Amino acid sequence: MTSAFPTRKQEQWRYADLDALQPVWEQLGEPERIAVLPGQKLEQVWLPSADAVQVRRVNVSLGAGASFRLFALNIAEQYGRIDLQVDLADGAEFNFFAANIGTGLSTNEIVSNVRHLEPNGRSHQVVRSVLNGKATGSYLGKIEVAHGAQKTDAEQSVKAMLLDRGATANAKPELEIFADDVKCNHGATVGELDPNQLFYLGSRGLPPAEARALLLEGFIAGLWQSASEPGAIADAAREALRRVV
Amino acid sequence: MLEITNLHATVAGKPILNGVSLSVPAGEVHAIMGPNGSGKSTLAYVLAGRPGYEVTEGSVTFTPTRHPRESGGPASLATAEEKRDSRLRGNDGEGLDLLAMEPFERAAAGLFLGFQYPVEIPGVSYLQFLRESLNSQRRARGEPDLSGAEFIKLARAQASLLGMDTEMLKRPVNVGFSGGEKKRAEMVQMGIMDPKFAILDETDSGLDIDALKAVGAGINSIMRKPGKGVLLITHYQRLLDYVRPDKVHVLQAGKIERSGGPELALELEREGYAEAAA
Repeated sequence: MTSAFPTRKQEQWRYADLDALQPVWEQLGEPERIAVLPGQKLEQVWLPSADAVQVRRVNVSLGAGASFRLFALNIAEQYGRIDLQVDLADGAEFNFFAANIGTGLSTNEIVSNVRHLEPNGRSHQVVRSVLNGKATGSYLGKIEVAHGAQKTDAEQSVKAMLLDRGATANAKPELEIFADDVKCNHGATVGELDPNQLFYLGSRGLPPAEARALLLEGFIAGLWQSASEPGAIADAAREALRRVV
Repeated sequence: MLEITNLHATVAGKPILNGVSLSVPAGEVHAIMGPNGSGKSTLAYVLAGRPGYEVTEGSVTFTPTRHPRESGGPASLATAEEKRDSRLRGNDGEGLDLLAMEPFERAAAGLFLGFQYPVEIPGVSYLQFLRESLNSQRRARGEPDLSGAEFIKLARAQASLLGMDTEMLKRPVNVGFSGGEKKRAEMVQMGIMDPKFAILDETDSGLDIDALKAVGAGINSIMRKPGKGVLLITHYQRLLDYVRPDKVHVLQAGKIERSGGPELALELEREGYAEAAA
């Protein structure tokens, strides 16, 4: 059965394009489920489709000592949403690397709720957004550290690059910690392309659009490095960047 | 080859260059010396087309030497655009209005700026940056792209000329490079681009004596050729021991105050700018 249609009053739907969501909501039904058994390792690469609206809701549960490494590219033409809830048992590890690349009037967002339920878990999330036109790109990342989940190590790094005045980036890391011996870091920046770098590239012969594309490639370069097969997602990201410069 | 006439420029509304006139013929190296704040770097940036540097008066004409292998076709039949493309290829004896061109067009026409403070570009490897830059220049001149293998061969040869480990070129552009390494890398870039005219802005600053020798030898082997020219901007005489200038100009308060032969640099070193200009 399908859950109730969200409203913008709900924090995790605050920046969503609900009009775009409406027609596909019925198909979403209950979130998908991914379970990684204790001690197992899983790696996934989520490539975008050609659909104008792409919404993915997934609940992940990681058993003790399990590891999940996820790479995702969110570049829907109208509305893209990657909505994750990740539960970590003792010593589990979650690594997430994702990019929102948006142009025109699109809204692309990544919403994660990482719950460290037991001690010794580690989560590491890196999200980069590149936006032009009147596009919106958001990251809402909530980290919960349960009572007793000592030695949790949770890290979030969020950076956005705005190429036009009309583009919007939202970054909202949120921590809810009920244990006293944990390490939780988060950093968020929003910036634009550096004119010194653009001039340097231009002085070497790169026309402006190519210079911008190269800098943006550099901006998201680190995301796919640790993937065992980064080719497809790196190519798709590069192609998406060429569309926004 | 480079003809600067009565050049005035402002930065953020403040006049920095107040009528610079200077002519560098092909085959010559000219040094520009001058105290801090005299406008040396501004001159370099104006010539390379840096945004924010506004030219209020004067002109700069750049006349690249003919490319030996391709001489021009029937020029009278060419459209304006073809003419300009042809000039970018260096086929035409006509001068280019440098100030009307974008930075990347100046590079394709054969101009190179060696930066005083080379810029760091995280996430982009030196090899990728240089290969894309060189191929952009080649396309603008109507030349075919270099293949990956051809490019690597060229990069390796130029790096070894400057005593730089090719492994460093796999790293992100200038990130984590020492001051001296950045300057050497600028000269490796110059070797790869093989420009017709180089403006070197304090390429000697931050170099130890071995690096200074290597950079001096690099400048000589890349740029000391008929048909090429160099404008060497420096505070000190010491680089001029390795790269002997044909002329030395003293820039003060945005104007060339004095010009002379290599002996002028020695006089400046001995007596200081205030004394020498008096």
